[in-house]
Amino acid sequence: MVTRARARPSAVARSRVTPFLFLLPAFAVYAAFALYPLGRAAQFSLFEWRGFGPSTFVGLDNYVDLAEDAAFRAAIGNALVLILFYAVIPLVVGLVLAAVLRRGQVRGMGVFRTVIFLPQVIALVVVAVAWRQIYSPVGPLNGLLDAVGLGALARGWLGDPGTALIAVGVIGTWIEMGLVMLLMLSGMSRIPQELFEAARLDGAGPVKEFFAIILPAVRGEITVALVLTIIAALKTFDLVYMTTSGGPGNSTTVPSYEVYFRAFDLREVGSASAVAIVLTVLIFAINVGVTRIGERES
Amino acid sequence: MRVSRAETTLNYVILLAFAAFALAPVLTILATSVSAPLGESGGLHLENFARAWTVGGFGRSLGNSVVVAAIVVMLATVLSIGSGYAFGTMRFPGATPLFYLFLLGMMIPAEATVIPLFFDLRTLGLTDTYVAIALPQVAQSIAFGTFWLRAQFRAMPTSLLEAAALDGAGPLRALRSILVPASRPAIVTMLVLVFMWTWNEFLIALVMTPGGSLRTAPLGLATFQGQYTSETALLAAGAVIIALPTVILFLFLQRHFIRGMLEGVAK
Repeated sequence: MVTRARARPSAVARSRVTPFLFLLPAFAVYAAFALYPLGRAAQFSLFEWRGFGPSTFVGLDNYVDLAEDAAFRAAIGNALVLILFYAVIPLVVGLVLAAVLRRGQVRGMGVFRTVIFLPQVIALVVVAVAWRQIYSPVGPLNGLLDAVGLGALARGWLGDPGTALIAVGVIGTWIEMGLVMLLMLSGMSRIPQELFEAARLDGAGPVKEFFAIILPAVRGEITVALVLTIIAALKTFDLVYMTTSGGPGNSTTVPSYEVYFRAFDLREVGSASAVAIVLTVLIFAINVGVTRIGERES
Repeated sequence: MRVSRAETTLNYVILLAFAAFALAPVLTILATSVSAPLGESGGLHLENFARAWTVGGFGRSLGNSVVVAAIVVMLATVLSIGSGYAFGTMRFPGATPLFYLFLLGMMIPAEATVIPLFFDLRTLGLTDTYVAIALPQVAQSIAFGTFWLRAQFRAMPTSLLEAAALDGAGPLRALRSILVPASRPAIVTMLVLVFMWTWNEFLIALVMTPGGSLRTAPLGLATFQGQYTSETALLAAGAVIIALPTVILFLFLQRHFIRGMLEGVAK
């Protein structure tokens, strides 16, 4: 005990207070602008409040009401569909592209990586403007369909209740596939080259090589990719706000759009906070859940 | 290593198809941005950028974005260097639980914090200020930066600090004259990522500026889209202007973007 009490925090830090002095400024800002508001959101979710004037304590009513709320249920259902486009399809595409690049003998690999990662760095508002033009009734997508004799399929893709959600989903695939591909590539780069050579001596083709060597080696990266992309699907606020505002009807709303819409358009701050807390819990659960499954599998 | 001719061809077909998919929207918006605006004849219209700049008020919104990005990047980096230093090189009671508390911040969605922040800052009369737009983003970036720089400082040999102690350096001097210069690549990675996140941030900037005077560039574009829906050429030109800073930075500092986004988010 005596030696512990005398132990210095580090070679240069003599006082036991020093570590806390270095931590304090960061912690103060983080606590005031992230932790405290999260607690306040939980508190708000127990009240009925219109953003001004008096508020009424309603206990868990805001949460109970969500179970019967058509827009909220639509948001959860849409998010599940978007997970297919944001997480599952990019995972398949990313795995295939990374496997192709890794097998090598591809010229211009660097250029290709840059091009396919580019969507990750473009502001989502800009992405939305670009895709709105592509999907517009007079846009290039319909032009292309016309040109190949499929003009009958042409429509305003974001305005049609039957296609709006898929149209938003395709944007998600476009954004996420580069990130997933690079994650997979970095996982594959750890596989020793001898493993592939041995497999090839045994006469394994690209497909067998993929399932026998590559897939088991990138399990960890698959977990990470799924966590990131599933959360992106739940949080796709900027895109929805800019392309469809959740419509037509509730056909493209997502939990994060519901938070904004309820708080600032409907002025139901309590209900908005309840959605926000549900979203936060979902994100924590996905982080813990997907990581657990990933660890158990390996 | 030999790969059959047929397989090589197939590989190129797959890669080219996806490269085309990735580039199509980018090329579409570039082409639209120089196309004829409403009521003008065809040809190359480079003046769209100048017109979008004035009509959309992008001078002002880009200026706001620069100020916000500068505040967030500088504050988040300086504060994270401090917290990363404490967690990465010092032993103190409660270090592990405190670190997990910081990690939690990487999962807290802005959607959850932005509602109470708006109403509480409004009560304090702080909405429509740089504080309201920047500090919530500083908090988010601190969570990432603490994690990122802790790993960096931890990986440095302890002999560095021991040598500094022999030279009589205190904790602040050891950090400033030894650890920070030796960590330059990791710090640049953090600067670049935080800049990109801040530049592209939408929800926080939207909620915190109800008055509109401190609108950042992405919000300026959203407003522009609302007002001039049919002016696709000018809208595209505005979009290109806003995307340009992060895209150029990415093309020059690709390594930093990719390293940070893969290792940083992948814990």
